[in-house]
Amino acid sequence: MSTTTPTSDVARSVPAALTSRTRPKRPGPLATTWTFTWRAMLKIKHDPDQIYSSFILPIMFTLVFTYLFGGALAGSTGDYLQFLMPGILVMTVIMINMYTGISLNTDITKGIFDRFRSLSIWRPGILVGALLGDALRYTIALVVVTALGLLLGFRPGGGVLGVLGTILFLQLFAFCLGWMWNAAGLVLKSPESVNQLSSVVLFPLVFASNVFVQPETMPGWLQVVVNVNPITHAVTAVRGLTGGTLTGEQLTWALVACGALLVVFAPLSMYLFRAKSLR
Amino acid sequence: MTVVEPAIETSGLVKVFGETRAVDGVDLVVPAGGVYGFLGPNGAGKTTTIRMLATLVRPDAGTARVLGHDLVREPDEIRARMSLTGQYASVDEQLTGAENLILLGRLLGFSKTQAAARADELLDVFGLTEAAGKQVKDYSGGMRRRLDIAASVVVTPDLLFLDEPTTGLDPRARNQVWDVIRALVAAGTTVLLTTQYLEEADRLADRVAVIDRGRIVAEGTSGDLKRSVGSGTVHVRLSDPERRQEAERVLSGVIGGEVKPGAEPNALSVASSDLERVGSALVELSRAGIGVTGYRLDEPSLDEVFFALTGHPADVDEKGEESAA
Ligand SMILES: Nc1ncnc2c1ncn2[C@@H]1O[C@H](COP(=O)(O)OP(=O)(O)OP(=O)(O)O)[C@@H](O)[C@H]1O
Ligand SMILES: [Mg+2]
Repeated sequence: MSTTTPTSDVARSVPAALTSRTRPKRPGPLATTWTFTWRAMLKIKHDPDQIYSSFILPIMFTLVFTYLFGGALAGSTGDYLQFLMPGILVMTVIMINMYTGISLNTDITKGIFDRFRSLSIWRPGILVGALLGDALRYTIALVVVTALGLLLGFRPGGGVLGVLGTILFLQLFAFCLGWMWNAAGLVLKSPESVNQLSSVVLFPLVFASNVFVQPETMPGWLQVVVNVNPITHAVTAVRGLTGGTLTGEQLTWALVACGALLVVFAPLSMYLFRAKSLR
Repeated sequence: MTVVEPAIETSGLVKVFGETRAVDGVDLVVPAGGVYGFLGPNGAGKTTTIRMLATLVRPDAGTARVLGHDLVREPDEIRARMSLTGQYASVDEQLTGAENLILLGRLLGFSKTQAAARADELLDVFGLTEAAGKQVKDYSGGMRRRLDIAASVVVTPDLLFLDEPTTGLDPRARNQVWDVIRALVAAGTTVLLTTQYLEEADRLADRVAVIDRGRIVAEGTSGDLKRSVGSGTVHVRLSDPERRQEAERVLSGVIGGEVKPGAEPNALSVASSDLERVGSALVELSRAGIGVTGYRLDEPSLDEVFFALTGHPADVDEKGEESAA
């Protein structure tokens, strides 16, 4: 341990380290954002467990739904897997997405957020950079889950391009949805409450969508819910991308869903961010 | 900008949380340079005041100029020259010590290599080189504190806020933090430091403001504060314990007030700050042939000051030392 530095050493060496007052030029928005992206990626490196745990639920759902209900839902487990995998990919991203809110809230409760706010920096970079860093998380998880799907017999008609397109699209979707968790992270009292909120919100949202079944057999009111659910449009787009059947209309609706999330939650988050200093 | 401008000047700062008037009309002038101590018990409003001055919380009323800039209108100008080390370590526990400092360096605008070099330099100076690659969550309290302060001086600030920098540290770690503070002051930084430790304010601070229930109840040098409370104490030691009663009469005759016997049979003490009278009393003793082997003048402790100012004791887990003159 290096705690044995004698007091006198500190007293001698500190002045030397403090004589230089040269302050570099304030970094621009891009550099600031990139620094926060780098920080988010370092966290992934230091805490790989969080990545592993993010695979578990999607993998479990894939296995349970395919082999337990698949036959009943789609006639054969193979057919159901073709239907299910795109939904699972969306779900994978959604389940990791809430970590955005948890880590922001941890930053606030632990105090480092105050340090960031006491710096003269481009402030949205704190939130944007974290979201971009999470892109690495999504990519890793999507690759793993897709590989599992391929292993089980998932055959995307859209080929490699379709899968790459899916990963790209889901990055956009997660970036937009992440603002919802930023807002939650800024409002809620503790990381635990963000976690609790996520289970209350996410499960209904995932089930009230077309991830597991097409909405045709659902009651009318539920179909309305399913059709306004942004997750539904994301899943439809991913089905189109992986299947190589994406229509312009499907893509448009998916982009509208992303845009809607962004337009609502990004300004809300920035408002809450500023309100934090007003309190 | 003139050098004589105070580092901080506030007028009627107020912050209310629901029913609690956490800061209730604070007027402060913190001169540039040196250490300014902000002393008060738990819940007095120290942290809230600092968070307002560090542009993290907007005041509900009042105005403040920090480093010559208006707190509410020009927060970014203030942020560019100020650093804050909060009451609870404001470093990233998941990152290593080195990564934390590089992160700050990058956010201040250093290039990757400059930031890494500066991080190495600071880790070395703060005795953290061996722990540089360890995640901060595995650091001891003292290491964390040092890293936290290092993170605040990646670029030496003109003004540094330190919120209870030594709370929970062992005496050695505390001494290290004090050394760092002295070095910063020598480098020209103004340090505003909050503390619950009367001794700390006494030792480090050039000026002290005592805050209680959101209000400043006293301000000045710690000497001013002690004098404002009145008397110190004179301790006298006799060569012959037998003559203590006699000496007691002489002392009360010259100085007045109650003369108390000390713990040892040859010791006496009496409250007084009047040096002239103390001098005459000593002369009287020698005239009466009462041998004096030693005497000591004690200033009042800040503990006593606090009690006298607020009517209640400072609610702290460490007693301010009686200053031995
Ligand atoms: N965010 C907040 N919401 C509600 N009340 C608050 C908040 N922050 C502080 N307070 C209250 O304001 C008062 C002053 O708190 P503050 O933290 O400024 O005191 P302090 O002097 O720093 O105390 P300590 O020595 O315990 O750190 C306390 O009564 C506290 O409970
Ligand atoms: Mg405090």
